[in-house]
Amino acid sequence: MFIDTLLIGISSGAIYSLMALALVLVWRSTRVVNFAQSGQAVFSTYIGYEITVRTHNYWISLPVAIICGALLGSLVDLLFMRPLLRRVKSGPIAELAPVIATLGLLGLLQSLLGLIWGNAFLQYASPLSAKGFTFGSHTIPFSPQNLFIVLASALVLVVFGLIFKYTDLGLALRAASFQPEIAQLAGVRVSRVRNIGWAFAGATGALAGAVITPTSTLSPNSLDLLFVSGFIAAVIGGLDSLVGAVVGGLVLGVGFSFILQYIGSSVTFLVGFIILMVVLLVRPRGIFGHKLGRHA
Amino acid sequence: MSAGLIVKNLSVSYGAVGAVHDLSFEIHPGELVALIGANGAGKSTLLRTLSGLISPSSGEVSWNDYSLLGKKPEELVRLGIVHISEGKAVIPELTVSENLTLGGIWRGDKSDVAAARSETLEIFPALVGRLHQRADSLSGGERQMLAIGRALISRPKLLLLDEPSLGLAPLMIEEIFKAISELRHRLGLTVLLVEQNAVSALRIADRGLILSLGALVTSGTPAELNADPQLRAAYLGI
Repeated sequence: MFIDTLLIGISSGAIYSLMALALVLVWRSTRVVNFAQSGQAVFSTYIGYEITVRTHNYWISLPVAIICGALLGSLVDLLFMRPLLRRVKSGPIAELAPVIATLGLLGLLQSLLGLIWGNAFLQYASPLSAKGFTFGSHTIPFSPQNLFIVLASALVLVVFGLIFKYTDLGLALRAASFQPEIAQLAGVRVSRVRNIGWAFAGATGALAGAVITPTSTLSPNSLDLLFVSGFIAAVIGGLDSLVGAVVGGLVLGVGFSFILQYIGSSVTFLVGFIILMVVLLVRPRGIFGHKLGRHA
Repeated sequence: MSAGLIVKNLSVSYGAVGAVHDLSFEIHPGELVALIGANGAGKSTLLRTLSGLISPSSGEVSWNDYSLLGKKPEELVRLGIVHISEGKAVIPELTVSENLTLGGIWRGDKSDVAAARSETLEIFPALVGRLHQRADSLSGGERQMLAIGRALISRPKLLLLDEPSLGLAPLMIEEIFKAISELRHRLGLTVLLVEQNAVSALRIADRGLILSLGALVTSGTPAELNADPQLRAAYLGI
């Protein structure tokens, strides 16, 4: 029972980590909490769904959804955030405007999805079974799709880790997020690098949506709760730290899983918010955050 | 044809203090010019305008006959114009090695980047042992060396240096200025050196410009400026 609960926790934690990572990537590049993240992710998931309807092949739909997520992320930055941030630079509205704008975009994307595909619950099919592995007579609630979720998330995290640590692009991304002006004076094309950050975030969110959706159903709001957990995970991790996002996601996933198992489903989210409040009160920069205070 | 940096009738509005009014001057290729002035004289505003961080309200700026206005800093770096901003312009969260790498990140010629890197480490041997430490573990002087080193890796032609002596101990100031002086001869750099520390700056400069309240007061060789008792009292603090 303990192992089962742990495995389920890791599987949902992996998804929270991806969502948190997507938020952190955008936060680091643009200092905006992107509330449209779940809208972008679910939009890309619908594209993946549409591909499986036409090709009956999940393995084609997955990369298409990820690429679509990256493009959508990049477009949101180019057509939406950049003009907004250029106009709203100072004053009391400067902190609030991006928040309201991304919330508006979330609504826009979700209504658009409703218009195109309707609001019914759709089934995004994966060839991997959503039934748990069976050992003898015991079936655990951890399925091949869950295993795939964990492996795919781990792969993404390792790839991001390598990019950030060992490539010029990763160095430029870090420099642009820490000290945009100095990065610019060193020759980093900061706005282009930021856009790549948005694309990475979009791709990460799309991956999360496309691997988790086959375990339940697809609707314009189906990733919203996931996003909330991702947000809590990102804040626990410090909002600025990629490692923090991953750790935050796993801690939350495993924590939720145990609460669900041993206490009950009614309190899981309550506990999530309690954790969030405690972190914000006791250690507002998060467990892995930098010393500087948070600005939004 | 007019080579070098030419600033013509430049005006920049920038808050209450630090604006620049109708400023004109030239820097010839290979020259080291010190720009002297008190706090709020508009020195940093001028440099930030020259490197594309802020846009002027009017005027012209050109480098070797090429107009610089409206260009972003990252594009100007590609033309060889590198601004080392005030306060040890390094990225504290990155390692020393990563800060250096950043200077050549946009350059295609990776073998020359490697060459420039080893030359830089020869010039500033203090950085060699600390390559894998975070830049915020360095002393003020070492950070300034790192900032200059990063600029050198981009193979600059025109260096815009903003108060390299700020917050440094006298001995370290001397060392940094000596390094700047050696570098410009060795690499044929054109340098605009902005300083409050007039004495040290004029010691290595070919010419000095004195800026007050955003306007040029006078210009001349260090000997000429030092010879004027009024200037000495008012601006040079000697």
